[in-house]
Amino acid sequence: MINATTALKAESRELNFFYSNGNQALKSVSMPLYENKITALIGPSGCGKSTFLRCFNRMHDLYPGNKYEGQIVMHPDNTNILEAGVDPIEVRMRISMVFQKPNPFPKSIFENVAYGLRVRGEKNQRTLADKVEEALKGAALWNEVKDRQQDLAFNLSGGQQQRLCIARALATDPEIMLFDEPTSALDPIATANIEELMSELKNKLTILVVTHNMQQAARVSDYTAYMYLGELMEYGDTDTIFTRPTRKETEDYITGKFG
Amino acid sequence: MNTAINMQNQSIALSISPSLAKNVRRNIKERLIEFILMLAALSAVFTTFAIVAILLYESLGFFKVVSLVEFFTATEWTPLFEDAHYGIMPLVSGTLTTSAVALAVAVPVGTIGAIYLSEFASHKVREIVKPMLELLVGVPTIAFGYFALLFVTPLLQKIFPELPGFNMLGAGIVMGVMIVPYIASVAEDAMRAVPMSMREGSYAMGATRFQTALRVVTPAAVSGIVAAYILAISRAVGETMVVAVAAGQQPTLTFNPMEGAATITAYIVQVAMGDLPHGSIGYQSIFAAGLVLFVLTLVFNIIGHVVRKKYREQY
Repeated sequence: MINATTALKAESRELNFFYSNGNQALKSVSMPLYENKITALIGPSGCGKSTFLRCFNRMHDLYPGNKYEGQIVMHPDNTNILEAGVDPIEVRMRISMVFQKPNPFPKSIFENVAYGLRVRGEKNQRTLADKVEEALKGAALWNEVKDRQQDLAFNLSGGQQQRLCIARALATDPEIMLFDEPTSALDPIATANIEELMSELKNKLTILVVTHNMQQAARVSDYTAYMYLGELMEYGDTDTIFTRPTRKETEDYITGKFG
Repeated sequence: MNTAINMQNQSIALSISPSLAKNVRRNIKERLIEFILMLAALSAVFTTFAIVAILLYESLGFFKVVSLVEFFTATEWTPLFEDAHYGIMPLVSGTLTTSAVALAVAVPVGTIGAIYLSEFASHKVREIVKPMLELLVGVPTIAFGYFALLFVTPLLQKIFPELPGFNMLGAGIVMGVMIVPYIASVAEDAMRAVPMSMREGSYAMGATRFQTALRVVTPAAVSGIVAAYILAISRAVGETMVVAVAAGQQPTLTFNPMEGAATITAYIVQVAMGDLPHGSIGYQSIFAAGLVLFVLTLVFNIIGHVVRKKYREQY
């Protein structure tokens, strides 16, 4: 089932997560993330799939009182990114994220994409311009914006803004990219663009995507994980999950009987 | 037969059932409430217009005697002297200098305070510091005036021995301290209104707290921050007590904060405390000065409005 040649990029081991109010949002989740593959997280609202995704770039650290237990190990260096000694900023340098709603900064198109590089101290205009162009091309936005890179990012359409956010996340050459329901705020055409883009991106990096849209998971992902009430119910390659799920709950959710 | 039924149907459709009939009493009540609300809203507008009208009317008498050229070019303001000069510039220079000193203190301190409170302070610290800051607004300005005259100026004189007892530096600094809460409070509100998703976007790119505050939150809140500055400028230009007490009462054409000088407001207070005959040129001069003050604040407000529109929040 799982191709022997695919390398492991990261894995969660017995991951528990507690919000500051004491709610346990993840219960002993163990799941692999294969290199240059797209893994989709599906499940009903509140099942913990976004919480799980946001553990990978330590987003929960922004709010006091949240607590992780267990490990998320990144390969090949075999480091547990949840360990106390690990700087969340270093983690975010390697694992970037695209959000549910496009959230460009109040800056020009160019500066939005250059942000991650500037934050890392890059000042060379030539390098910045090259990297920005490369990222915009990678996000299939270059042709639309190359002549107006100094325009404010808010002037772009919703779909363009989301691709700008992908370009922004791409500019720093991350190893893993997290997508938190990246198309839920977009129209069908913009959605198709983003999905196509994700399929291209996986040649360069590893993708973990949360989606509410079952067809989307079936279309873009190589592996699918079904979560329910903070637990990983079923994990497998996408074809198997969607055609021959082993658990009744997974089948009910996928066929729309529940959720 | 058919037409008869139609007719009947029509008459049914046209008669209104009692439960749907217009409630006249409720209508009158609604109108009355609307009228009262409108009156409340208009009272502020009427007051403003009345003030402008009186300023213009009384100034007209003043400008019949004093030419506009003299008003704006003469370098002395001595309307109450035997040898009267009517140059507003010494008062304008005093107003602008004290305001500039105040803003030089209040803008950096207020902005940094806002950034700290909004982006760095824990919930607990913010809940303690913000009310304390706002308490500062409640201190009577006369207290600030004597604080400037009797505490800050002697302190400054230890650093600058040649500083006169009445000076614009001390008055300006204290005025700045007075304005800090305005800037900090309004700017902090603007920064806290920046959606969390934008901050998360910045953190997700590997930015630090400081980079996020400076490069993302501050630009996103710039229109609110500018509004805070404009409010501060209006406060500084219109502030009376601190400058009247601590900056001196002598109109002097100077932009040097180390000297004493009267501001427009200080002059108005000074004249209002003496007994000037109604309708005399001295009496009218305070309206001319008031008009200049009004125009000055209006100009700052318009600039602020334009800047705010240009950098309107768009999340």
